[in-house]
Formats: sequence, C-alpha cells, structure tokens
Amino acid sequence: MAKKTDEFIVYLNGKIVGTHPNGEELVRDIIKKRRSGEIHHEVNVEFYPKVKEIYINTDGGRSRRPLVIVENGRSKLTPEIKAKIRNNEIEWKDLIRNGIVEYLDPGEEDTLSYIAIREEDITEEHTHLELDSVGILSFVTSQLPMQEYNSSPRTTMACSMTKQALGLYASNYALRYDTKAYVMFYPQMPIIYTRPQKILGTEKRIGGNNLVVAVMSYRGFNMEDGVVVNKSAVDRGLLRVEMFKTYSTEERRYPGGQKDKFEIPAPTVNGYRGETAYKYLNEDGLISPGVEVGGKDVLIGKTSPPRFLEEVSAFGIAEEKKKEASITLKAEEKGIVDSVLLTQSPSGNKMVKVRIRETKIPENGDKVASRHGQKGVIGLLVPQESMPFTKDGIVPDLIINPHAIPSRMTVGHLLETLLGKVACMDGKRIDGTTFTPANAEDAKEVLKRYGFEPNGYEVLYDGVTGERIEAEIFIGIVYYQRLQHLVSNKMHARSRGPVQLLTHQPTEGRSREGGLRFGEMERDCIIGYGATMLLKERLMDESDRTVQIICNDCGSFAYYDYLKNKPICPICDSTNFSQVEMSYAFKLLVDEIKSLGIFPRMITSNKTEE
Amino acid sequence: MTRNVDKDKKDIMITPGEGVGILTAHSIGEPGTQMTMRTFHLPGVVEAVPTGLPRLIEIVDAKKKPKKPVVMIYLKEKYKDMKKVEEIAEKIDEVLLKDVAKFSEDFRKRQILIRIDKDEIRQLKIDLIGIKKKIKAELGPNIKMKHKGEKVLLITKDMPLRMLRKFTNKMKNLHIKGVKGINKPVVTKDENGEWLIVAGGSNLTDLFKFEDVDPSRSTTNDIMEIYNLFGIEAARNAIVNEMYTTMKIQKVNVDIRHICLLADAMTVEGEVVSVGRHGLSGRKPSVLARAAFEETVKHLVNAAINGEEDRLRGVTENILIGQPVPLGTGLVKLTMKHETK
Repeated sequence: MAKKTDEFIVYLNGKIVGTHPNGEELVRDIIKKRRSGEIHHEVNVEFYPKVKEIYINTDGGRSRRPLVIVENGRSKLTPEIKAKIRNNEIEWKDLIRNGIVEYLDPGEEDTLSYIAIREEDITEEHTHLELDSVGILSFVTSQLPMQEYNSSPRTTMACSMTKQALGLYASNYALRYDTKAYVMFYPQMPIIYTRPQKILGTEKRIGGNNLVVAVMSYRGFNMEDGVVVNKSAVDRGLLRVEMFKTYSTEERRYPGGQKDKFEIPAPTVNGYRGETAYKYLNEDGLISPGVEVGGKDVLIGKTSPPRFLEEVSAFGIAEEKKKEASITLKAEEKGIVDSVLLTQSPSGNKMVKVRIRETKIPENGDKVASRHGQKGVIGLLVPQESMPFTKDGIVPDLIINPHAIPSRMTVGHLLETLLGKVACMDGKRIDGTTFTPANAEDAKEVLKRYGFEPNGYEVLYDGVTGERIEAEIFIGIVYYQRLQHLVSNKMHARSRGPVQLLTHQPTEGRSREGGLRFGEMERDCIIGYGATMLLKERLMDESDRTVQIICNDCGSFAYYDYLKNKPICPICDSTNFSQVEMSYAFKLLVDEIKSLGIFPRMITSNKTEE
Repeated sequence: MTRNVDKDKKDIMITPGEGVGILTAHSIGEPGTQMTMRTFHLPGVVEAVPTGLPRLIEIVDAKKKPKKPVVMIYLKEKYKDMKKVEEIAEKIDEVLLKDVAKFSEDFRKRQILIRIDKDEIRQLKIDLIGIKKKIKAELGPNIKMKHKGEKVLLITKDMPLRMLRKFTNKMKNLHIKGVKGINKPVVTKDENGEWLIVAGGSNLTDLFKFEDVDPSRSTTNDIMEIYNLFGIEAARNAIVNEMYTTMKIQKVNVDIRHICLLADAMTVEGEVVSVGRHGLSGRKPSVLARAAFEETVKHLVNAAINGEEDRLRGVTENILIGQPVPLGTGLVKLTMKHETK
C-alpha cells in the first residue's frame, strides 16, 4: 500500500491510532514521560524510522527485562544510589519510579536501545546498562558456571544436558503422582555456584553431586567418553536416584448403566491372567503399599462389562461375561509399591493411582555429565581399594579421559576442577558466574597454602599395584549430574518372542519385546558375501517362515481340512498338492494382490528334478 | 613355472557364484557417498564442467546431452609449435552472426537492421560479402534485403511482430564460420607434452571433416554422441573412461573392474541404458524384482494384464519369497537320485 502521508504512522497495540509529523520527538517524549512517571512504566515503544512506523505496546504477554538507564554516557545507578540500596534506604520500586531502572520489551530492545554489558564499556552512544553481565544469558545458560571459558557448542550441549539432570525436581514429590519422576538420594548444591542459581531458586532444586574428578586413563575403561566410577562411592549413595512411576485407572461408566469394577477377576472372566498374576491383590482389587512387584504382576484388578450385548451366553438367561481390564506392571519393570491412592476422577468416577518406586544405582552404561558439555558413560565401577589415591588418601570418585579435553576446548571444566578444589580446602563456595572473572592466581595461592601444587596436579599411586603413577594427575572437584538416560530403562534383547498378527514377523520395540531389525543394508552385505543360507535363515527361518499347501492344478493356496483329513483347494477339486516353504510376507502379498482382482498362480515343480 | 602361472591365474579368477554385481554397487556406492561431502574444487573454466558426484550421476543416468559437453581435439600432425595449433583452433571456433553484428528491429516499418562490425570480422578474417551471401540464403520469400557497406537492411512485408522477433533470433544465430556447437577452444598441452585443443560443445561429426583433426584420437565427454558415431563398444569404453577419470580427480579409488562391470551392464543390450527405474532395474525380467524396486502397482498391474510369468531366477525375488538366493553358496545344488520302487 502506497503511503499517502510523510508522517509517522502510530500503532497502539497493533492498531493504527493516527499519525505524527515527527517520530523521533514522539518516541523521545514517550520515553521521557515514562521515566518521569507521567506514563505507566509498562508502556514500551518500537521505532522503525525507515518505514516511518511507531508501535506503542501496553498489552500483556510481552516478556520484559529490567535495565539500568544510561544518559550521556553515564549510568544512572550512581555510587550514591548504590550506597542507599545497600543501607536499605530505597528499594526496587523507587529505582523504577525515579527513572534509574526501566523494563524493556523485545521490540524496544531491538529498535531503541544500545545496551552496555559492563559499566566500564559505557560510551556516549549507550542507552542502557545490564544490571549484571550474566543478564544476556538465558535461564538455563545462567545456571552453568564459567561458560566464557568454553567453546559455544559445548555450552549448547551443557544447556540441553542440564535439563536432563536427575535431582530434586520438587520438594513435595512424596505427595505427587507424576507419571514418571526421579528423585536423587543425596543431592548437593554445587560448590561452584552461579548468582542466577541463587536468584532463580534453582540452587534448591538441584541435580548432582560434587565429585572428586581425576583426569587420567584407567586401563582403557574410560576411552571415548567412558568414565570410571568409584564403586565404594556409589555404594555410599553417590548419584543414587529413586524412580517413581504411577499407574492409574478408573471405574468408567458406560451407556446403559454398566460400569467397570475394581475386584479380583473371577476365573470365568474373559482374558483371565491366571491365579498367580493376582496374588498380591487385596479383596478390593488393589495392591498394598510395600509389596515387591515385578514382571507382569497385576497392580489394579479391574473388570469391564462386555463390549457387545451378543456376548451374553447362549443359554438364554443373561449371564454376564465380563472382560478382564486389569492394570499390570510393564514386562521389563520391577519395583516396590510406594503408595496407593483411592480418589475420584474429574468425571466423578472411582479412581486409583498406584505409585511404584525403584532405586536406580549408578551402573555400567548410565550417563553422567558435568556442566560444561562433558558427558560420559560409566564404563567401569572400581572398588575404592583399586582406585588410584593421593598421598593424603584422597580417592577420585570419577576418572575422565584426558582426550576429552583438547579438541573440545572446555577450559571451564578444568577451571571448575581447580576452583572446586580451592573451595573445598577453603570451606567456602566459589562464585563461578559467567562473565565474572574467576581469579585463578588467587586460587593458586590458596592451593599453595594448603600444601598442594598450584596447578592442581597431584602425585597418584596405583590402587592395584601400589606403585607411584609416573605422570602427575590433574585432580579436583567438579559438579557432575546424572542424566535421564539409564541403561536399565533401555537394555533389551530377544531370542524368541511375539510376532505381529498381520505379517507373522517379529514385533518391533523394547516395550513389545521386539526383535532388532535386520535391515536392507545388512541384507546387502550378506548378499555381497554370498552367504546364501545365512541370509535365508535371517530373513525366513528366524522371521516369518510358513509352509503353505499349493494346488498343483490351479496354483492357488489350499488349506488342510482336519475333518476330512485332507487338503482342499478352494477353487478346483484337485487332489494334487505340494507343500511349499515361503515367507509369510509373500503369502500376504499374494492375498493382497488377489484382493485387487488379480489371480497370481504358483507353478510348482520338484526341486530335485529341476 | 607353468604350474605356478596356472595357480596364480586361478587365484586371480573370480570365484564362481561371487556376487559381483552387488560388490560393484557397494564399491562404487560407498565412496560415492563420500564424494558428496568432499568434492574437490578446481580453479578456472574447468569447474563449469560437472565433476564429482553430479557428473557420475550424469553418466549413470545415461543423459542424452551432458550439461557441459567438452571435446578434446587431437591433431594428425604432432605440432611442436603452438601457433599452428592456435590457427586450427581459430578455424574450428564457431562464429555466429550475433558475434560480429549488431541488430536493431523497427517494429513499425517491420524492418531489421543488421550492422556488421568491420573490425571484428577483420580480426576473425571473415569476408563481408560471404556473410551477406549467407544472410541472403536464409531469407524467406517475403523478405527483401538491401545492403550498403557494413549495413544490411531486411525488409519484410507485414510480417506479424512475433514472427519478426523469431526471425531476428534466427538471424542472430546464423552460422558464419567454424564448426557448429563448438565454442571457446583453448589450446593446451597434455601430459605427454603434445598440443591439443579443448573446446566446449560437442560435434565430432563435423570436426572430423577437418583434415588436421585426428579422428582416431579426438574424443568427447558426450557418451551418447560417441554411441551414435562409433557404436556401443566405444560407448562402453567412454563410460569406463569418464567414470574412471572423474573418480580419479576426486581421489576416490575404485577398482576399474567395478566400473567395467557397470559399463558392461549399461551397454549389453546394444544401447546405452540408464541405471534406475527407466533403465537397468526397470528391465529386469522378474515382475517381483521390479515391483520391489519402484512403481510397485504399475508393474503388478501390467504383469496381470499381460499374464507374465516369474521364473524366480534373480536375487530379489528369492529373498521376497524366502528361498535360497542363487548366488554364492546358494548357487550350488546337490542332486540326488531318489530311488523309487
């Protein structure tokens, strides 16, 4: 649309309210009046001089953040005001009221601000100053210490992994019935903390332990991001987690006044699971807290009314044949019944929630990570006596491989190791907020004072042989998180098992006890080797082998009539049949082609006379 | 000695039943995926010619025309002097009317004015009268020509505007000199230090009319042209050469025998066949194998209409129905006479 005016178009909350001859002046006025309190402090402006548009926003839903106002190259947060804040003479409200701090929304931030990160950086052009330089980081990133020392891809990874960390997700977990939840046994606050953690309260909802970490190899068990963990430490509760899982169901009402019922199903019920499956249930059909369950044990006994009325027995009088509808534990799970909750569902039905708990002790294959994108998988649990030790008898909890460091450039990790050690010796937690310089020189002094090498190296002795390890080992304290990927929830293998109804091929996926797919590329490899019989075994005998009777005369599938005790061809009256071994997939294909109106005939011949 | 030779020969020979086809596919396919990721780039004009994976795809798809055809013209006499070769190159280079003249159309009068650049033609050693003759030869019955010096005026009789523009374009591409389709000839040395001409475009038929051009050594990267000119055997060799050199440039070392097999497969039927739906895979004798590859329904329906029979001789079919594959260990059969009473 061509503009008919040279004036600035003014939008209020997205709607045009008028024009203004001088946009700069209008914007300046609004900001000035907002700062003086004449206009409400939640009003923000966006200014686009190129297209001559001004957006004034006063509506909800804009994310805004506070910044210190800078005018003429000087921060409004002067030392005098800082002193007043310190003496509790003025508070936050006063800062906003007096035009020292203001909130910007993304639009104003983009179009009308030039924000200095540090007070020293302020020039004439700056309009604002960050309250704290970590302000430029996100919620998650600001939880991570010393990210200015790391390469950015690692920071990204550290952020996504922190979100997977298991810890204390809510302090009322015992009262909650989350579908799946983990709670750490002994969560610790990180020794190297960040200020945002304190402000945002994440310090109290943490997931992780401060571990003694040595950077060395341990008999090849920490190659390629493996980590070696002290078994004795694990036995003492290191990174130990409890898993809670809730199963729930309700007594649903059906049209016709019928209703589910919690009970121990009678053996006559359709789909009865056998007596042993119900052994833990009480008379009301519910399980008791404290019972150890496993496998496919029933947690809640439930029966449903028949789905169709025709299922009523043929003897005339309606003897209700109920359907089994119990809730069972998943096949690969086990645990202890933590609590049973009998309550009402939102639709007013009787509802039961059963919470199962299981302790997940760190084991081979579990994933751990520091806050620097350094993830690893437990490769070996070593008893304390076999771990290397220092002259003071300090034994590392975790050994990471030195190859994890150079190419990834996570200097922050090393710095945390060093500062963690300092903090431990000093008995003081250290502020590791990003962009707040950590003083490595001071740290070195402290280490020296406590009789350590200033560079964090220590002489270690092999726990197995007792010999001194030739190289000096970098050792210190790092905050490690246990991540949600636990082997015990993933491990899966199958030899024989269920098959799909349609194709007669093995099922897929752990939850269905499925097989592992022998894919197209794998198939190509076996063909390449010419290992024909192996190929046939994989794709046929171990999958969907079937023997079909084929009519030699018309080439269609025949069936065996057990009453007449002979095979019958559905098309001709032949008595001439062959038994043919084939994949069920092929049989299915032929059947489906038949359904298209095409009749494929199978021509049979004798194998030995070919 | 002879026994050793015999033994070595046996060792070299491929085992009966070896799945050579799939090995070829693997051996070319695997480095092919590598090639996508690290295509080497070359400086200069050469880069315009597709190299690496795009070129390989071009060969394998048996495209009618390569994206950028290139001819390598060897000369009968092995000139030591670059000048003489350059002379020939100049002769070959195609010159169109638009290269030496400026066109202006007058739509009101339905006239076309062609202004020939005198300096240009002098440099290219072209005769002005010759050009005019050529223009005259192209004129239709409704067009008259007036000329004065380097100016040529074409007068049409109420020709529709669209036709006029069409005619102008036709005149612009009027062939004046050189070989049709050949452009930008560059004189270079090959690895033996011999001078040769490398030019864009491909037209061996016309090139061989030149006496200096050696028809036994000059070649092009246009496989279809080689096929049309020399026949299928030459096309096979061209496929092998082209694939081998493109892969060599990319530092992908695939044994030449794999490429030979692929080229053989593409040419056994007497014409160059592409690898894929419309070519090799689409011509498999087995219905099931074709249906398993692409366009399943089409093949099944056609098979039903024509009443096709599947002898189940290939690999894919046998995997599908779950029989031992006639390959490798599956090729051998033990036949036993069953004694019947």
